[in-house]
Amino acid sequence: MRFRGRSFMAFVLTPAPPLPGWLAELDKWTRNSPDFFVGRPIILDLANSAFDQSEISELITALGKRGIRIIGLEGARPDQLDPSLPPLLKGGRPAADDATLAAPPDQGTTAAASQPPQRQEPSSLLIENPIRSGQSVIFPHGDVTVLGSVASGAEIVAGGSIHVYGALRGRAMAGSTGDTRARIFCSKNEAELVSIDGYYRTAEEMDATLRSRPAQCWLNDRVLSIAALD
Amino acid sequence: MAKVLVVTSGKGGVGKTTSTAALGAALAQAGQKVAVVDFDVGLRNLDLVMGAERRVVFDLVNVVQGIAKLPQALIRDKRVETLWLLPASQTRDKDALTEQGVADVIKELRRQFDWVICDSPAGIERGATLAMRFADAAVIVTNPEVSSVRDSDRIIGLLDSKTEKAEKGQRIEKHILITRYDAQRAARGEMLTIEDVLEILSTPLLGIIPESEEVLRASNVGSPITLSNAGSAAARAYLDAARRLKGDTVPMSVPSDRKGLFDKLFGRRAA
Repeated sequence: MRFRGRSFMAFVLTPAPPLPGWLAELDKWTRNSPDFFVGRPIILDLANSAFDQSEISELITALGKRGIRIIGLEGARPDQLDPSLPPLLKGGRPAADDATLAAPPDQGTTAAASQPPQRQEPSSLLIENPIRSGQSVIFPHGDVTVLGSVASGAEIVAGGSIHVYGALRGRAMAGSTGDTRARIFCSKNEAELVSIDGYYRTAEEMDATLRSRPAQCWLNDRVLSIAALD
Repeated sequence: MAKVLVVTSGKGGVGKTTSTAALGAALAQAGQKVAVVDFDVGLRNLDLVMGAERRVVFDLVNVVQGIAKLPQALIRDKRVETLWLLPASQTRDKDALTEQGVADVIKELRRQFDWVICDSPAGIERGATLAMRFADAAVIVTNPEVSSVRDSDRIIGLLDSKTEKAEKGQRIEKHILITRYDAQRAARGEMLTIEDVLEILSTPLLGIIPESEEVLRASNVGSPITLSNAGSAAARAYLDAARRLKGDTVPMSVPSDRKGLFDKLFGRRAA
């Protein structure tokens, strides 16, 4: 298995007390650009803030209700952290296209079009060997394709879809970063657990007629559906 | 050039020590110079199964720690003169082994023997990882039941990631040895079939050792079964497996003490 580091652009929000006032201002601003935060990774900047753990936790919940997903904290003191909170990020650098709340970016600009198209890394992971019991493959950037089998006690976590050309006997968790359109395909369904965007089904909850045959799983309006492929 | 073989399984009680002794003796009977090394520090058994428990003076831990020289710790078998045992210490635990110390001992053994067979302890902790660390090849001992097969699969994952060969990007040679196989129970669906086991583990088969009272009897008298009862079904299966390890092509079958019928019914070729 290979691990790689990669840097990504994230927006940073800096909450200021009092929080209800700050949230009201945020709401006012997002009314003008309702989709601005959708699907974007957001960091919470807590440097120089006096919030305690429970306030931070409540704030993340309040932001979550607005569709703002916090993936990490910056500048937090150790006493503000808790394992239930997103991880602390270090070494962030300011980026050129900072958006400030006072001046929301004009969606119509053609800045992107004027740049030469960048070559995109293919966002899929191909594994040629069987995945053994106890091994865990985590690939939040896209699809995972396994040519062998996934053993009982092994797991795959993918941001996109999961394709298993052997038998799926372990766990498969697709759409781990919130992609509700992700799917799981396997040529023999012996899975211990399948899940898409957090909606899961264990082996016990699967129809016995769907076992030991090719199957696919998808999310149908928050219900995990499984159907045979043959 | 010597070959270092680890006999491992993950799960306990599946027959690692019995298989180490039987394969080691079978290779030695074929004229190879063999050292069997007990890595189960603290719970040693290989000395008993080899019938050498009353001749242990120094052990693997002593050699690793430099208290004794390797020739002082090696015990020569009384029945086959090319078979040697390096026993484990019963009074210490696995933390007494250091990676460098084990590396040095294995290197020294490689110089003197054709085969170095390491009997791994159960589990996936230090003792087991050190036993497999410097291996060129592995025999994964599996019983035809789900818990044993899953643990074997876990061990195969470790063999492919935690051994020195794997870390250099080379592939460690792996073989499945199915022990305690009962053809009648498998036919009645009370056990996983050979096909099931091989399909789950997707690793080639080295041999199928039938469930047999002779195996237990051999352990109790302190003799590898290939020496004490070479005509028994289990001994024939081990002798075949040892020939396959040497690279010979031997048709796969489940030797049986019952007359002929099961041989015909369950005879099969190597996967």
